[in-house]
Amino acid sequence: MARRTYLSGVALSATVITLVWIILTYGGVVQPLFLPSPSGVVRSAITLLRDGSLIVNAQASLIVIVSGWALAAVAAVPLGILMGTLKFVEALVEPIVDFVRYLPVSAMIPLLILYIGIGTAEKVAVIFIGTFFQLVLLIADVSANVSKDLLDSAYTLGAKRRTVFSRVLVPATLPGVVDNLRITMGWAWTYLIVAELVSADRGLGYLILDSMRGLYTDRIFVSLFVIGLLGLLFDMIFKWLHRRLLPWSPKI
Amino acid sequence: MVAEDLKDSAKLTLRDLRVVFRRRRGGEVVAVDDLNLTVRDKEFVCLVGPSGCGKSTVLRVVAGLTRPASGAVMLDGVDVAEPGADRGMVFQSYTLFPWLTVQGNVEFGPRLRGASADECVSTARRYIDLVGLSGFEHAYPKELSGGMQQRAAIARALANDPEILLMDEPFGALDAQTRNLMQELLLKVWEQTHKTVLFVTHDIEEAVLLADRVYVMTARPGRIKHQVRVPLPRPRTVEVLDAEEFIRIRRDVYRSIREESLKALAAGDSASRNH
Repeated sequence: MARRTYLSGVALSATVITLVWIILTYGGVVQPLFLPSPSGVVRSAITLLRDGSLIVNAQASLIVIVSGWALAAVAAVPLGILMGTLKFVEALVEPIVDFVRYLPVSAMIPLLILYIGIGTAEKVAVIFIGTFFQLVLLIADVSANVSKDLLDSAYTLGAKRRTVFSRVLVPATLPGVVDNLRITMGWAWTYLIVAELVSADRGLGYLILDSMRGLYTDRIFVSLFVIGLLGLLFDMIFKWLHRRLLPWSPKI
Repeated sequence: MVAEDLKDSAKLTLRDLRVVFRRRRGGEVVAVDDLNLTVRDKEFVCLVGPSGCGKSTVLRVVAGLTRPASGAVMLDGVDVAEPGADRGMVFQSYTLFPWLTVQGNVEFGPRLRGASADECVSTARRYIDLVGLSGFEHAYPKELSGGMQQRAAIARALANDPEILLMDEPFGALDAQTRNLMQELLLKVWEQTHKTVLFVTHDIEEAVLLADRVYVMTARPGRIKHQVRVPLPRPRTVEVLDAEEFIRIRRDVYRSIREESLKALAAGDSASRNH
């Protein structure tokens, strides 16, 4: 019953949005320059698929986002866990991280272009900086919030510090880690598009900017759809992984 | 004479225990002061007292999780300071490892000390059976009710075959019906294992039902106010709750605690006035 209610809600909102879109465009209320019609968007999607530019640009964006985010995750997860566990590491890392994370990464793009150029490496760097500092703090929070009684009960079962760390603390952080990886992946899309809008020769952000220059509003809409779909796809992959890899997690 | 007798068979001895906590904004709180108690081999001892009297702190000191400012903690005549597998503990909160099944949780201790796989499995099965969780070996903690989780936690602590079992209000988070069932289960388990137990609770009825001896603690700083023997015959069941003797002992303990609770309340009042 609950699921049916949910699905009918989804169907209702989708129908309303589509109806409004149809009325506004085919009814001639809004000019195609500002809001293209559904059929216009589909046509331009087919064109972009045929000439390959949609695939090329989506692929370029995906490579950048996955590598930047993966680098950040590999560095931030261990550091965050240590930071939440050891006071010394916390003192070492926290002041720097706290400072940097309030600098919007978009403010650093000009500097990064100066240092690295406008290629793939610069975009990867933008995503790395944008997600790494946030992720370290989120993971540190997860590991600091592992139940003290859980750790203590391991000690009373005869575990020593090292064992408690590897066999209790680390597994206890996993659901929180996966959750935060999913959330930061969402943010990474924002940083990527900003970086591509500033300077790029490929990518979905570049496709949007290029379409705007030629007043191809329908192409802008195609790009937006693709970004939304990819975001949704990643979210679903993470939730699926959470269920598959951590079937014991209380969060699912 | 009685003291001598105690010394001979003492499993656990706490002498002149003093525990001090440092307040975050400076200043110190003496949680436990001048506390002496003894638990004999195969004895079930309950520690009761008004809330905030430091009874859980005493248990954590015995477990090696909290360091005392001074005093001695001796198990079988040997000083203990670090946590160890010889002192098993069951907590009030649910502390099963969520990523391990019931079987995995109960095997945790035996695996740590390097027991063979076969031995781990058979030990775990035995204690899972003892607490009545057969059939749930492969369930994850999230699939269990609160009472079942605490039963598994008891099995996990017992699987290490500890010298003493420390229990910190293990049934405090359960509803009244489940708590009664758990008390009966614990009585049954104790009849079969005869473990030495130090059990902390604020529930007087629970203390008198389970214990051979009840220590009553004073309000903060906690020390032993007096002890009450519980010579009710064993094996006990919940039917003992209606026995005249039981009611008399319960009344004794209740009066003693009431005095301390009133003191604690008065101290709390004056403290809040001073703020």
